[in-house]
Amino acid sequence: MIALLLRDLRLSVRAGGGFGLGLAFFLIVSVLVPFGVGPEAEILARIAPGILWVGALLACLLSLDRIFQLDFEDGSLDLLATAPVPMEGAVVMKALAHWLVTGLPLTLAAPLFGGLMSMAAPGHWWMFVTLLLGTPALSMIGAFGAALTVGLKRGGLLLSLLVLPLYVPTLIFGAEAATRGMAGLDATTPLLMVAGITAGSVALLPFAAAAALRINLR
Amino acid sequence: MELVVRDLTVARGGVPVLAGLGFTLGAGEVVVLRGPNGSGKTTLLRTLAGLQPPLAGEVSLPPETIAYGAHADGLKAQLSVAENLAFWASVYGTGEIEAALGDMNLSGLRDRPAANLSAGQKRRLGLARLLVTGRPIWLLDEPTVSLDTASVALFAARVRAHVAGGGAALIATHIDLGLEARVLDVTPYKADPDAGANPGAFDEAFL
Repeated sequence: MIALLLRDLRLSVRAGGGFGLGLAFFLIVSVLVPFGVGPEAEILARIAPGILWVGALLACLLSLDRIFQLDFEDGSLDLLATAPVPMEGAVVMKALAHWLVTGLPLTLAAPLFGGLMSMAAPGHWWMFVTLLLGTPALSMIGAFGAALTVGLKRGGLLLSLLVLPLYVPTLIFGAEAATRGMAGLDATTPLLMVAGITAGSVALLPFAAAAALRINLR
Repeated sequence: MELVVRDLTVARGGVPVLAGLGFTLGAGEVVVLRGPNGSGKTTLLRTLAGLQPPLAGEVSLPPETIAYGAHADGLKAQLSVAENLAFWASVYGTGEIEAALGDMNLSGLRDRPAANLSAGQKRRLGLARLLVTGRPIWLLDEPTVSLDTASVALFAARVRAHVAGGGAALIATHIDLGLEARVLDVTPYKADPDAGANPGAFDEAFL
């Protein structure tokens, strides 16, 4: 299973891999929003957590269909299914690789990009913490959606429609925790909700995704 | 170590293609599957590999013994020949690729990205994957597609060595590999498409 993780990471940094795609998209959003909203630092600082969270979520969505589709097309998913790797384990490794390539860089970059929106000092810390807690759920839910749509040609649209509603709770609680934290209020409850969503999806969705893959491979 | 198939019915897309199929594949044996296009050879191999459930009948085989070689080689274009093979070797926990590279005449290509291989070279790499699995029963679907005469002979020699070492192989192919093999023609087992037609077949995937 570690071999699968290392292979996916290696593929993502080689030519044509997904590394940097999400990050570039995230940077574009962070750069463009201040132009669109205007230069009032106060307004920007107030909407920054929400914008950063939406940007991170959409950047995550961008590379979801690659999780299983490429392996499905070149036949390696069939071969993986017959290999001595439990499908659930393969799903977890694929989601983890997606998170390391997309979610983690977004988490690390968000505090920096927050500066583009005049985010004040404790805000950087809160963006980092909430994204660190929330992005694993985005990758795991996305892997489930990708498993459901793996056999479909151009399944990206269906994938987005399936996954977006599932992303909403993570977004609401993640952005809420960051906003409350920045305002100096108690953010424990939304933080716990985000952590709970992540823990729940990591615990349950690998089984659902593996079942969906098995059906799609028939 | 024996693959036993009894009264097997396999379906593709909910329509039965082969019915009442039975055979055994013991250690040291090669069975060649024959039949016209669309007769269900691939479906049979996928069922035996565990990728889809049989409609009826049973397949008995010891666990963790199957290595499946599909139409597609499952290669990653951005990875080199050695990296592709090393991945499968570590998935199967064998870790050793040098012998397989040498056996399939790939040593000179080891650092070349799979994207730059010819179709025949890709196939050779796909077949080298079987050698690193360490599994005794090979299920091969048209393994010689796009191979030249010399590579077909090389592959036949590998199958012979595998079988001599106590392995077994079930090969769907249209050409003569020059192996001492039992031929299993699937044509007589053709299923009546309406016989098992099950209006609920679509639902079964979700149950």
